Amino acid sequence: MSVLAHETEDEELPAWSLPASAGESIRLPSTWPERVTREWAFGGATGAGVRVCVLDSGIELDHPLVGAVQRSVAVSRDGDEISVADDDAGDLCGHGTACAGIIRSLAPECELTSVRVLGEGYTGSAAVLLGGLEWAIAQGFHIVNMSLSTTKKQYAEQLHELADAAYFKRTMLVASAHNMPVESFPWRFASVVSVGSHEEDDPLAYFYNPAPPVEFFARGLSVDVAWLGGGTVNSTGNSLATPHIAGICALVLSKHPELTPFQLKSVLHLTANNVEGEQ
Amino acid sequence: MSDLNAAVAAGVVGAEDAYRSLLGATVEVARAIFRAKASSVLLLDEETDELVFEAISGAGAGELVGKRFPSSTGVAGWVLVTRQPLVLDDVAADTRFSQETAESTGYVPKGLMAVPLLVEERALGVLEVLDRPSDTRFTLAEMDLLGLFANQAAVALDLLQRARRARAALDGEGDLGALARIAATLDGASEERRAAGLALLAALEKLL
Repeated sequence: MSVLAHETEDEELPAWSLPASAGESIRLPSTWPERVTREWAFGGATGAGVRVCVLDSGIELDHPLVGAVQRSVAVSRDGDEISVADDDAGDLCGHGTACAGIIRSLAPECELTSVRVLGEGYTGSAAVLLGGLEWAIAQGFHIVNMSLSTTKKQYAEQLHELADAAYFKRTMLVASAHNMPVESFPWRFASVVSVGSHEEDDPLAYFYNPAPPVEFFARGLSVDVAWLGGGTVNSTGNSLATPHIAGICALVLSKHPELTPFQLKSVLHLTANNVEGEQ
Repeated sequence: MSDLNAAVAAGVVGAEDAYRSLLGATVEVARAIFRAKASSVLLLDEETDELVFEAISGAGAGELVGKRFPSSTGVAGWVLVTRQPLVLDDVAADTRFSQETAESTGYVPKGLMAVPLLVEERALGVLEVLDRPSDTRFTLAEMDLLGLFANQAAVALDLLQRARRARAALDGEGDLGALARIAATLDGASEERRAAGLALLAALEKLL
């Protein structure tokens, strides 16, 4: 089933206008403090109750640094047909396990689901990626970690629609930016949180970039990460900065489940090292 | 072979050799700059959906050119499909990664840098640098440098592929074989037939 807004049958239909004096009918409580601090945002949070999806190469089962994986599926392609099925092949590269381990280290009680979009060959990989993302949005995950991108312009519009659909369905897409001058997607879209790397060692250090399209910088240099065979490697890349932000988002949402993606992004901005300053 | 065909063929053959040298020089420089044990360029073969070793400097140089493996498994496959560069250091000796990499590279590296080779919206392959010295901490500036090398390697790889397609066309293979055959026929035709043929081609060009 498509997750695009105009084709869904939501219980609450979108409101297209607001009648006179009806503002009261949609009054929402605001619990935001005068100053948004990290203590307010995720102090004491564990990620409990937050469902995180890792769209990647799979997650190795029983890796000690990853722990329980709620569900593992693989996306496959047969001609134009994309299908999603339960999968026990684990991780075809190690990278998905690395991302899952980072998210787990920050949000120990979040729920992890693996959507494997690797293994169907390079040809058609963009279609598989899109199929995996559409499935993830339909499942209503709170956060989808996308340490990947496509350069194929023919998929950009569809990917853009999916990113916006996720945004309005309260699924936060966290996507790796490029460190090369490359036109790729979905990280360039405003409806996702895009992540590049900084050089500090603190997994909770993150910076808001006042000169987007890369919106946030997180730890992505020389990170000890979970890898195949129950082991670890030391790794560098924006694809590892991304799950740091995904893990921090899981912490914030476990403490403030009512936050929409734009509110969550505002919290990230207000609590960034270069915005709030000393913690 | 006609004069036209011979002239174009000579240019194409020379071009392929030159571009192959450029690719070779790129991996040599990448290896030297990063003080690595080996560096290689893997080309994506879209017909078979495989990655093929196209140029290698250092360990594996003699025997690995032409070796193939699936395009979307392992670290090189991940880098190709996701368009994201990745650096690994201190790879533990007993992981599945080591075995798979050893099978594809001929030895077990402790570290690997891999970056996608992108030209506009196409991913042409992967540049790998194996085992840079482990005594120095990697920096994001080096990551940017790796990206710059990837751009250069991607341009060289793109030129090499264009030269190969041109050659295949001249040999009568591929989609453009018909064009090469028409050029050869025109080259050998009488003046009258040649003028008529060129007029027809001009009309076709206008139509397109």
